[in-house]
Amino acid sequence: MKRTLAVLVENKPGVLARVAGLFSRRGFNIESLAVGVTENPDTSRMTIVVSGDDHVLEQVMKQLNKLIDVIRVSDLPAEEAVNRELALIKVGVDSTTRAEVMQIVDVFRAKIVDVGIKSVVVEVTGDESKINAMEQLLRQFGIKEMVRTGKIAMNRGAKVVQTEKKA
Amino acid sequence: MAKTKISGAKAVIESLAQEGVDVIFGYPGGQVLPLYDELYDADIRHILVRHEQAAAHAADGYARATGKVGVCLATSGPGATNLVTGIATAYMDSVPIVALTGQVPRSLIGNDAFQEANITGITLPITKHNYLVQDAKDIPGIFKEAFYIARTGRPGPVLIDIPKDTQVEPIEFEYPQEVKLRGYKPTYVGNEQQIKKAASLILHAEKPVLYVGGGIIFSDACEELLGLAEGIMAPVTTTLMGMGAFPSNHPLSLGMLGMHGTRYANYAIQESDLIVAIGVRFDDRVTGKISAFAPNAKIIHIDIDPAEIGKNVRVDIPIVGDAKNVLKNLLKYVKQEQSRTEAWNKKIAAWKKEYPLTYKKDNFLRPQFVVEQISEVCPDAIIVTEVGQNQMWAAQFFNYRNPRTFISSGGLGTMGYGFPAAMGVKVGKPESTVIDVAGDGSFQMNSQELATVVQNDIPVIVAILNNGFLGMVRQWQELFFNRRYSQTCLTDSVDFVKLAEAYGALGLRATKKGDVKDIIKEAVKSERPAILDFVVEREENVSPMVPAGAAINEILDLE
Repeated sequence: MKRTLAVLVENKPGVLARVAGLFSRRGFNIESLAVGVTENPDTSRMTIVVSGDDHVLEQVMKQLNKLIDVIRVSDLPAEEAVNRELALIKVGVDSTTRAEVMQIVDVFRAKIVDVGIKSVVVEVTGDESKINAMEQLLRQFGIKEMVRTGKIAMNRGAKVVQTEKKA
Repeated sequence: MAKTKISGAKAVIESLAQEGVDVIFGYPGGQVLPLYDELYDADIRHILVRHEQAAAHAADGYARATGKVGVCLATSGPGATNLVTGIATAYMDSVPIVALTGQVPRSLIGNDAFQEANITGITLPITKHNYLVQDAKDIPGIFKEAFYIARTGRPGPVLIDIPKDTQVEPIEFEYPQEVKLRGYKPTYVGNEQQIKKAASLILHAEKPVLYVGGGIIFSDACEELLGLAEGIMAPVTTTLMGMGAFPSNHPLSLGMLGMHGTRYANYAIQESDLIVAIGVRFDDRVTGKISAFAPNAKIIHIDIDPAEIGKNVRVDIPIVGDAKNVLKNLLKYVKQEQSRTEAWNKKIAAWKKEYPLTYKKDNFLRPQFVVEQISEVCPDAIIVTEVGQNQMWAAQFFNYRNPRTFISSGGLGTMGYGFPAAMGVKVGKPESTVIDVAGDGSFQMNSQELATVVQNDIPVIVAILNNGFLGMVRQWQELFFNRRYSQTCLTDSVDFVKLAEAYGALGLRATKKGDVKDIIKEAVKSERPAILDFVVEREENVSPMVPAGAAINEILDLE
């Protein structure tokens, strides 16, 4: 089972290594990891997708909380959160296929952000299944290169992941 | 008015002084020269070890014996990596130490410079936290945080890596009054509702067992433990780390549980209907086959580290908090209920009678006898151990009555720990008799420290239970590998008496039972560092024993 965690950390060098090291030495699997600074420049936010049952998830959260540089760990259940990922996909095209690719891109409400003679770069945003579907459809034209950000997620509604840990 | 500036190295010394550090165990080198130059004039005792590993173990022993933070210091590269085993030992047993290492100048970091090692990277999994000083002006803040982190919550080692150029950089020194760590707020007070629920379970239990460990000692909760045990008349079993938390001669004491625990402790756990686990982590050496552990019991688990709760076993009532604090609160709700456990205590008394911890009492010099004699001659000694058979016999046959009197590498099981740790214990507790119960194998892993104890006049006694074997491994080979003693025989490897004398220490030998007490007394009286070479029965086994993978009531007596 895949679970999504929002992990607020000190924005300091070496913190990513601490988090990644914890996962490897405790035998937890990271499916994806995305990091960026938050509205507070002292704080970074990691979105970590981890696979495992409830017991594994509980241990992951507790062990993460033990790291001094980890400020807060929150579980974001899929149904209560907005989940997004961005992918850039370079697709091989020629004069006969370009139009079809553009049509697919349109249907997915994706964008073409670079056009070359033999390729286009598609930018697609959405949840994991949408990006997987897009990839599937573009594969027939020949995907030359693909990069995905990994999932980021946020609670729906007024609920927020606090920067300050409550005592 | 502008403040006078001091060097980063001076700031380190000032910070240590602010933290009340009076002794450092260390070894100099190129990248800590400015620090050692400041130490030359400082009011801090420095003990020059002969190998950095010993510095880390000594700081650890000092911390375990005194409850204060131990400090060790090494240079960059090999100096720092030599600390690693000692840091890992402290981490596994939750011991508060601060390890200081020199580092190559900032401009060279990452260049594979001479004696460069990425020690913060290397120690990431074995420290509670670590720091690389990026700017000399951060030194006071880092030291304040490091000592705070090391000693609070679940204690543990913290490493500070200090590049040489930051040691000479001038800074304005001001030691912070408080720490502000957004991500570190240990929970000391247990949840009241949970405590009430626990009390209710305790009052309804007919076969309760208190299973307690190092957490009791670290939180200074022995008195509260005694109060709880006597209040509800529940038997108490301790882990190896918990030896001394409860008096071993108390009628409610079950001694140690687990692989080499007493039969009655293991039987009690397996038959119990309620286990109150305090400051323990359900280690595999304790639980045996985990799925068969305490099958009939509900479990209350009290620990300061939430990550320990539910890690290895399912828990019915988790309580996160400091043991002393939680027990104090718990005692408010628990009243004397002697009648409920009377039958249980009778049953346990019968087990104790039927299955005492014992060994063959004949004319041969057996290691258990040596430990019993130490217990008789030096009842107030602090016992430090190496790892292996010596460690188990020291746990089984010495009568522990007080906390911080049994000091041993429990989690990591570090051979070579005992002697340098004993050195740290003696420095922290100079009035106590400190005895390292050793094996001939373990002792040789750090015997170079004889030079340190002689030079610094640290009169520890090493009692070697000399069987000419790596005894515990030999025992396993005997039992599970058809007596094929592959690489475990150390016969005639060294004359320990001459070794002691070569270093200027006292060396004495006993080969028969009648000599044992005499040489212990002589060593204590001499007030010198001493090695006692007890030439014991070679193939004595630690008994009883739960074979690996078996349930803890499937316990065997070994001849």
